[in-house]
Amino acid sequence: MQVTITVNGVEYTRDVEPRMLLVHFIRDDLEMRGTHWGCDTSNCGACTLWVNGEPVKSCTMLAVMADGASVSTVESLAKGGQLDPIQKGFQECHGLQCGYCTPGMMMTGRWLVDQNPQITREEIREGISGNICRCTGYKNILDAIEYAAANPATSEVTA
Amino acid sequence: MTAVEEVPISAAGNPIGFGRMHRKEDVRFLRGEGNYVDDINLHGMLHSAILRSPYAHATINSIDTSAALALPGVHAVITGETLAGLGLAWMPTLSYDTQAVLATDKVRFQGQEVAFVIADSRYIAKDALELIDVDYTPLPVVADAKKALDADAPIIRDDKEGQTNNHIYDWEAGNKADTDAAFAAAEVVVTEDILYPRVHPSPMETCGSVAHMDPVTGKLILWTTTQAPHAHRTVYALVAGLPEHKIQVISPDIGGGFGNKVPIYPGYVCSIVGSIVTGKPVKWMEDRAENLMSTGFARDYHMKVSIASTKEGKIQAVKVDVLADHGAFNGVAQPTNYPAGFFHIFTGSYDYPAAYCSVKAVYTNKAPGGVAYACSFRITEAVYAIERIVDCLAAELKMDSAELRMKNLLRPEQFPYTSPTGWVYDSGEYEKTMRVALEIAGYDDLRREQAEKRAKGEYMGIGLSFFTEGVGAGPRKDMDILGLGMADGCELRVHPTGKAQVRLSVQTQGQGHETTFAQIISHELGLPPEDIEVIHGDTDNTPFGLGTYGSRSTPVSGGAAALVARKVRDKARLIAAAALECAPDDLEWELGRWFVKGDPERGKTIQELAFAAHGSLELPEGVEGHLDAQVVYNPPNLTYPYGCYICVVDVDPGTGQVKVRRFIAVDDCGTRINPMIVEGQVHGGLADGVGMALMELIAFDEDGNNLGGSFMDYLLPTSLECPDWELGETVTPSPHHPIGAKGVGESATVGSPAAVVNAVIDAISPFGVRHADMPLTPANVWRAIQGNPMRTDMAVE
Repeated sequence: MQVTITVNGVEYTRDVEPRMLLVHFIRDDLEMRGTHWGCDTSNCGACTLWVNGEPVKSCTMLAVMADGASVSTVESLAKGGQLDPIQKGFQECHGLQCGYCTPGMMMTGRWLVDQNPQITREEIREGISGNICRCTGYKNILDAIEYAAANPATSEVTA
Repeated sequence: MTAVEEVPISAAGNPIGFGRMHRKEDVRFLRGEGNYVDDINLHGMLHSAILRSPYAHATINSIDTSAALALPGVHAVITGETLAGLGLAWMPTLSYDTQAVLATDKVRFQGQEVAFVIADSRYIAKDALELIDVDYTPLPVVADAKKALDADAPIIRDDKEGQTNNHIYDWEAGNKADTDAAFAAAEVVVTEDILYPRVHPSPMETCGSVAHMDPVTGKLILWTTTQAPHAHRTVYALVAGLPEHKIQVISPDIGGGFGNKVPIYPGYVCSIVGSIVTGKPVKWMEDRAENLMSTGFARDYHMKVSIASTKEGKIQAVKVDVLADHGAFNGVAQPTNYPAGFFHIFTGSYDYPAAYCSVKAVYTNKAPGGVAYACSFRITEAVYAIERIVDCLAAELKMDSAELRMKNLLRPEQFPYTSPTGWVYDSGEYEKTMRVALEIAGYDDLRREQAEKRAKGEYMGIGLSFFTEGVGAGPRKDMDILGLGMADGCELRVHPTGKAQVRLSVQTQGQGHETTFAQIISHELGLPPEDIEVIHGDTDNTPFGLGTYGSRSTPVSGGAAALVARKVRDKARLIAAAALECAPDDLEWELGRWFVKGDPERGKTIQELAFAAHGSLELPEGVEGHLDAQVVYNPPNLTYPYGCYICVVDVDPGTGQVKVRRFIAVDDCGTRINPMIVEGQVHGGLADGVGMALMELIAFDEDGNNLGGSFMDYLLPTSLECPDWELGETVTPSPHHPIGAKGVGESATVGSPAAVVNAVIDAISPFGVRHADMPLTPANVWRAIQGNPMRTDMAVE
């Protein structure tokens, strides 16, 4: 069936099977490969992106459910050559190693900071507990999100 | 403060040499522009899926693929029979055993590969799996390693000629007679049955490959999730009879390895066969359940550990008897001469004369593997055994566990130290490291707090672990995998404008090689790290070497990088002598520059010399133009990183819930190339330790059903379980490594589980608990408090 989904500010109309997962639509149909796929069961968060401004694990949402929606992915964070504060935070604080969980972590992290610029460390810890990282042991990820909170973004994520 | 903070800074703000700097690889990952295997899409590429066995042990009577083949969009269905026709139904494992690529006679574990479908999309391929009709006759199952050698146990490997039971090997190390004598004479003996249950490395990226066999040129390009691209290339050449010069293995960005990506999996082989059969590129990407159920697990060691001591707590001997569960195929990856890996380093960090271990390995109807998950070739099991039994001894002696360790630690003057099982530890100042950890922890205050809390009925625990690893396999005379010696090559080219490319035989799965190896070259040549490009993970473009696992990149390949840079520096000296019209012996090196002794103004920078090397300068007899070099580094010994870890937990005795309140880790890995990256790797390993100690488990029921086949069942630590790690360091360089570095990638995974378990047992020791097996889930802790700890590896009462 036909869906129209706006991804990072650009509208795409495609024919998709009703069963196609949103993560596969983004990765395979639109060929945006920053959103990763890790577990199929909504546990790991590697596929986290935003649908209408809310973080969603795209391995457990069908593409057709996003018909008419605005989707934002990791590719929307940097503006021109400039990294977003959340990206800068991950770089400054060594919040990534293999990089596989990083897009999902950053999409959750940026959303947490947007929701509450005064977010506490314990709130961040709770907030990213649905995103699994196997490399960093999380400490530097918490630091990275705190960095983003302390250095607010001047631009909105493209929705 | 360490010396690394005193180096000059480059124009881009990076240390010229060792020190903290941002990772060069970060930006592409931050922008979502990493290039993982599943991101590779080639023109005309087909997709695939594997049909897996629902049974742990069953005869295959027939496989009907006709309905699957009839499904529109399906290009081919490959079965064991297809592969048998090509001589590829079985492949060698890295332990000289064999493993079915696709099952022909019977299936031997749940999740085993039975058929491979190639289709236009991954959805169609999965649909086709449903249409394959396999007729199985279930067989009796061996899920419990303890029953594998029972007289009535079914023989799992009846495919092997002469195999009359499920026995794989017996192996021993140390001196049995001396150890028995020490135990017979000992004042105190403590014995405990200690299980290190089966766990899984679970990198965030699962395993996969894209195979492209060019039908015209006969060249195979394989993009694949491998930690050892060169070794894989050679194995494919040996297995499939493909000419090695026509095989290019590319390991692009890898989403975590942890040993999971060392073996060759049936899916990789099938994608190659699929590309040959269809004439098109074929992608295979497993899902999470497949990753958990079929790829390299870790541990599964049943250990009976005994320690002998004086009444005053001086350790005299340790012995360990191991029952090792290797699953249905002996697919462990370790040096050939070490069937139990480096387990016999179990004597640990302590000074005593006698030790002995025996290891009996068996087949079971479980997935193959065993050496993985950052274990440094089974040192994880070894450290857990010694550190757990030392705590049991402390409990028996009613002695503080820190005091007991301190009393027995090796002393600095004993290095190089030959252990009772034959290892030669290179360097260490153990007591110093332990004192740093105790100081950060505020150990005495913690013990006071614990006493006060106990008086109020609150259960806080403090657990220690002091580990020693041997990493950087290894010397060619002792260590090979499938006959391939474990030396590493390295090539360095300095281009005319002074920018350099270094080609490594190892490859990164997140360890930051693109940064640290540039720093090694920078340290040796004085080039800014931003001017050095690190090329890795592509067999056509890098020298041969055995890959990244066992914490071997820095100890082996890092040594190669330092030496290749020194070779270039030596050549630059000859060129400088020609340019400055003096003798090479008249020149002196300062970072980035050769100059005339006593006349520092007269000199040439490495950049100037690079241009001169490529220019028209007349070079001395025997000196070739250009500024490049290559080396193969054969390490003279392993390096021996060590550390002291302290974990503080609070346990709710009503629910068994454990909260890790603090974790202090003081690592000594010798020279730190980039302390930021070292600390990051330690953090990650500590999370592994919390996960294994408290949550992670691949258990089975008696029918061989895998009970940990998804992230809903296989519980990984999240931010909620991980405290803010508190790190310290000491720096005791390796005396034989070119830059004194020891390797650290697995230290924390190896050292931390014991600290967490020791803390939990310490917390609940007032209930009379001396040991309970991992994982210490709330249910297990609660049961231990009731005096009835669980058997964790099997779903049995």
